[in-house]
Amino acid sequence: MSDPYPRAPSTHVPVLRLGDVLLVTLQGDLHDSTAEQLQQDIGEAIARSSVSGVVIDISGVEIVDSFLGRVLAEIAAKARLLAAQTVVAGMRPAVAITLVELGLTLPGMRTALDAQDALGMLTRQAASSRPAHARQESP
Amino acid sequence: MQTAGRVEASLPISSDMDLAWVRQHVRQTAAELGFGLVEQTKLVTAASELARNTLVHGGGGRLESVRLANGHVRGLRLTFADDGPGIPDVERALTDGYTSGDGLGMGLGGARRLVHEFSIDSGPDAGTRVTVISWTVRPPHPRGEV
Repeated sequence: MSDPYPRAPSTHVPVLRLGDVLLVTLQGDLHDSTAEQLQQDIGEAIARSSVSGVVIDISGVEIVDSFLGRVLAEIAAKARLLAAQTVVAGMRPAVAITLVELGLTLPGMRTALDAQDALGMLTRQAASSRPAHARQESP
Repeated sequence: MQTAGRVEASLPISSDMDLAWVRQHVRQTAAELGFGLVEQTKLVTAASELARNTLVHGGGGRLESVRLANGHVRGLRLTFADDGPGIPDVERALTDGYTSGDGLGMGLGGARRLVHEFSIDSGPDAGTRVTVISWTVRPPHPRGEV
């Protein structure tokens, strides 16, 4: 199988801010230590910039094992405690099939087909939550 | 008639950098043997789980991989071996949810579901050897008999 992404394992994952959302793009093979570093970086970035959403694009990730699955679940849990929603975007079909057989269905994790859909989900949600919030405040 | 080829590779498993090499080796070998994308992904994922067990629970060890042939069907046998403390209760360790570390408890049982053949040899203070085999075409017996 040809692979457009570099095979060298990445040692740092950039966390980009797009308005109210953090965008993280994972590519290739992630070392355990890189994944743990990322978990810490995202937590700090959410706290620092008070974003309302996190999009993790895994379309460039060839395998998700139980370790990386746990890291993704913990990022989502940490983000939720900091009032941010996490959406995992672009999971490859072969990865999804493998995760189910592995027994790792990541319940509670929101997913989208690609990063653009994920950003749309978070934007729509932000737009619809404002009037709802206003209604709750009215007597 | 099943024939085993030479040992394709023997890789050390002593750091998380080595886990990345194991994944890369298994993916490349499986692709060369003609595994489809889904089967490649399953085998690499199983190898990643088992190599991490070797590293975390066995204190490090080795992977040996051997190419197999059964008629026109090709296979890959992966053996993960360590001289660690061993697994006191293998049956229990294969149960989903069992965990001795900080994982999700899916490693061993999950890896077994991702391959065609799975065997484990372990005991207290005897180290652990896990051997898995997958074929480019699934053998015609049900999974329960593997």
